[in-house]
Amino acid sequence: MKTFIALLAGLVLGIGLLLSGMANPAKVIAFLDLAGAWDPSLALVMGGAIAVAFPAFTWAKSRTVAWSGERLQLPTARQIDAPLVLGSLTFGVGWGLAGYCPGPALVSLGMASQPAIVFVVAMGVGMAAHALLTRPKA
Amino acid sequence: MNIAWDAFTPWTSLAGGALIGLAAALLILGSGRIAGISGIVGGLFRPAPGDTGWRIAFVVGLLAAPLVWGLFAALPVVQSDAGTATLVVAGLLVGVGTRYGSGCTSGHGVCGLSRLSPRSLVATLAFMGAGFVTVYLVRHLAGA
Repeated sequence: MKTFIALLAGLVLGIGLLLSGMANPAKVIAFLDLAGAWDPSLALVMGGAIAVAFPAFTWAKSRTVAWSGERLQLPTARQIDAPLVLGSLTFGVGWGLAGYCPGPALVSLGMASQPAIVFVVAMGVGMAAHALLTRPKA
Repeated sequence: MNIAWDAFTPWTSLAGGALIGLAAALLILGSGRIAGISGIVGGLFRPAPGDTGWRIAFVVGLLAAPLVWGLFAALPVVQSDAGTATLVVAGLLVGVGTRYGSGCTSGHGVCGLSRLSPRSLVATLAFMGAGFVTVYLVRHLAGA
């Protein structure tokens, strides 16, 4: 059940990314390029996503168990700290450089897009480096 | 500001966004997990028993999206003019940054804002701000 829901969620999310234009790095960069010929479309992606997700999360907050019977795991961190801010700034620089964030990069990988292959491998190295640097001390 | 009305796709972007929100709703209500791509993928680098299968299934779903789409319609154009060096640097920054920052566009930008998390609001403003500044520097100051 858990596996099936995850598969379906990944599929729907991927189709949403394709339909929205978010999977196209050129469109992402056109959204981030306020001083150029600005394409505001992606603001509507976030708007559309939140319009649907907001009621779901509001409902989720009042529940402790998911439909699958598993514990409903909402994030518990509250602190606005340096890793959050510096990490997010770092992510934003990488996003602006190539126009890929993690989801669209994986969808493009599914299209065997050459640049996406390079990007996803490098992203995996970055994530592995984080896992190595922050591993619990034995 | 100069809006590129010819490139503006309000309806498909809104509808695609709604599907993204639907996927996030399905994962939190159905399975109790946050649909944050960097968190789901990043968790695979520190595998825990019983916590790996659903992550792989989610990634398989994302990868399969273009295949399923292709059964019904022509795939949209994905265009990247970034060189290999830029892609490598960008990938490393996105990989490290999203993990230290605990999320990306989906985890903070969609799920986090939808649950009114101040942390996610700060993260979203930070990565969007950095994205705007980076594109400005690369496109308008460096003249690339």
